[in-house]
Amino acid sequence: MKTVEEIKAAIEAAVPGAGVEIVSNPGPSAQHSLLIAPESAVAVATFLRDHAELALDFLSNVTGVDWPDKEIAEKVKVTRTVTKTVEGVEQSAEETVEETRKRVEPGYLEVVYHFYSMAKKHGPVVLRMRTANRTDKVQLPSMTPVWRSAEFQEREVFDLFGVEFTGHPDLRRILMWDGFKDHPMRRDYVEPDDYDYEPTAHDEVLKKAQAHQAALAGQKGAGE
Amino acid sequence: MAVDEGLKIELGKQGVFVTTLQELYNWGRRSSVWPMNFGLACCAIEMIATTMARYDMARFGAEVFRPSPRQADMMIISGTVTKKMAPQVVRLYNQMAEPRYVIAMGACAISGGPFKQGYNVLKGIDRYIPVDIHIPGCPPRPEALLEAFMALQKKIDAQHLTGEDRPRHLDAEAQGLFPVPGQGEHDLEPAANKSVWTVPVVIR
Amino acid sequence: MMEAEGDLLEVSMGPHHPSTHGVFRMDVALDGEKVVRLKPVFGYLHRNHEKLGEDHSYLASMPYTDRLDYICSLTNNWAYALAVEKLAGQAVPERAEYLRVITAELTRVQNHALSVGFLLQDMGASGTPLMYGFREREKILDLFEALTGSRMMCNYMRFGGCRVDATPEWLDAARKVVRDLPGFVDEYEALICTNEILMARTQGVGILRPELAVSAGVTGPMLRASGVNYDIRKVDRYGIYDRFNFKVPLGDHCDVYDRFMIRLLELRESIKILEQALKDIPGGPVMDPKAKIRNFRPKAGEAYGRIEAPKGELGFYLISDGGPNPYRYRVRPPSFVNLTILEDMCLGHNVADVVLILGSVDIVLGEVDR
Repeated sequence: MKTVEEIKAAIEAAVPGAGVEIVSNPGPSAQHSLLIAPESAVAVATFLRDHAELALDFLSNVTGVDWPDKEIAEKVKVTRTVTKTVEGVEQSAEETVEETRKRVEPGYLEVVYHFYSMAKKHGPVVLRMRTANRTDKVQLPSMTPVWRSAEFQEREVFDLFGVEFTGHPDLRRILMWDGFKDHPMRRDYVEPDDYDYEPTAHDEVLKKAQAHQAALAGQKGAGE
Repeated sequence: MAVDEGLKIELGKQGVFVTTLQELYNWGRRSSVWPMNFGLACCAIEMIATTMARYDMARFGAEVFRPSPRQADMMIISGTVTKKMAPQVVRLYNQMAEPRYVIAMGACAISGGPFKQGYNVLKGIDRYIPVDIHIPGCPPRPEALLEAFMALQKKIDAQHLTGEDRPRHLDAEAQGLFPVPGQGEHDLEPAANKSVWTVPVVIR
Repeated sequence: MMEAEGDLLEVSMGPHHPSTHGVFRMDVALDGEKVVRLKPVFGYLHRNHEKLGEDHSYLASMPYTDRLDYICSLTNNWAYALAVEKLAGQAVPERAEYLRVITAELTRVQNHALSVGFLLQDMGASGTPLMYGFREREKILDLFEALTGSRMMCNYMRFGGCRVDATPEWLDAARKVVRDLPGFVDEYEALICTNEILMARTQGVGILRPELAVSAGVTGPMLRASGVNYDIRKVDRYGIYDRFNFKVPLGDHCDVYDRFMIRLLELRESIKILEQALKDIPGGPVMDPKAKIRNFRPKAGEAYGRIEAPKGELGFYLISDGGPNPYRYRVRPPSFVNLTILEDMCLGHNVADVVLILGSVDIVLGEVDR
């Protein structure tokens, strides 16, 4: 089978303007993936499916991954001019100090597709797509018109992560009920406070149960 | 009126059988408890195994699985009750005719079990409907289900037909319909039926 | 539950319905007896498996995988162990590979015995065929219990091997069970396969064309009943499957009857694998001595591992950030993806056939909803 570099070159030759990047996998499995731009995703997908040698006719797995906003603290060496008073005389001198700067790397939702070829019996080829952010720009093109097997799996990603697939024929919640508002697989999902009875609480659950009891006591105190 | 056990045996030897209406009535009920054909999760497979040749639930008069709740006497909650499923379980229980019994089979039906911390898992069906027998296990073995079944039979046997503790179906005042929880935006509403389930006191 | 909409009758089958294999629901629109629309509704057994997987350590998720497809806990264990071994670059000793093949093929035998039993049960053959399946299953469950300590939830495999070794007595007992299995299949085939009612109700029903099957990601016996030669044991040759001599049965009518027969034929092939594995099993350790049990933290990276589970391709996709818990834990369930084309297979058939077609997909809700 072709390597990811060869697949990238083939895609770029066939679909002009397709922004393809290689996302390397440092782990021992060495399953590297290709990050494709959402705008050209359907064209790339159709190309991969119809390519004579690759023939990726089998979309096995669709996964949503949530990457929340990350606060990155990094130490930067900064050179600045300081004014000092030495023996009553003001002097300006340059000195280098280490400063911790914080910046927020914006998060995104990612959808990962695993492809195999039933005709050529090879795989997997891994494709990824990322949304612009996690709040309002969560649209990605649907792969369902190209592979039917994406239909329910994309609905699941929509339900649990909140990625909106444009071009999906029937995008509704699939696992949770229709009136449900949250996307529970996101990392910042707040579960309903249901810790009133925890007979053998420990670790995280113990903390949550204690918080629940404290909140309950606070309510009672306010009511009296 | 209770009959003296010795006298009863003595009369039996003479070919005279004496019983009370209560005994006869309870004997009839406990010998043909028909379960509802209702499986939820893993435990359902063990429930089916219990009805099959090796464990043979028919010995206890409970092999007739009824597809309709109207014809069933007993509901075996065999598996995890999710929040999406809980309203349906309560609705099915409401549709059953009295006298009706509930066996909560397995850790999930009792408390949520291993999936307890899941956002869509109900932490025990006894938050919405009264449960007669709890069987721990994940899943409980077929023998455990048979044991639970025998415990239920003993419970039926011990019921008095009159008095304060008479079963619900002989009590005209008793409430037979249990409120079906609604599916809200984040959770079930209400989170528990307070008239059925009160928060047990945890001593730490 | 029923509501007339113009000329169409809308019926909600499930989530409590005697024929829907657990808490599965279908919203069916009928024109007379004919199905004109069918929408599956999922989630009644959504137990948040993936979320719990992210909250637990790698090893602590192993017992949860038992409860995915709760009929086949050992193949689930294997798929998960395989994915983690890929993620961590972990080797498996030879004896453990043999034990994995033996337990997985025994699992396949009991799953297929049950699934044909349930299919016939749905058809109205109440009791007997299912009871035959369960009779064989109990023998295999006794083996599982002797080896792992549990009938259904075996929790047997570890990253880098298996939890306990099989004793020579256990292997002898397994050989005895396997020796009796062909007799069971013969008996079953003689009783059922040429049954007139079975043939009339299943032949030509629920046709699934191979092109659609491939596009819809259908795997397992369903795919092979449509004539596509794709068995992950042959394609990926994971574990030690390249050492065994077995065939991949293929159907050519793509209907319910083919799917039923494929399972019986696969039973025979599994018995062949079992005979070879039980003959050749070598001595040695069942755990890789370098395998880490405590404080297991794979390096950052990701891996997708898959096996041929009795119902199709069961895959696990894991992303590690170097911590003790997976960052993302995804299960690729075969039953769920196989249901994608349920509507296509049912359109135009009578409502009574829907039950049969669903039975031939062979779903387990623990895996569909997770």
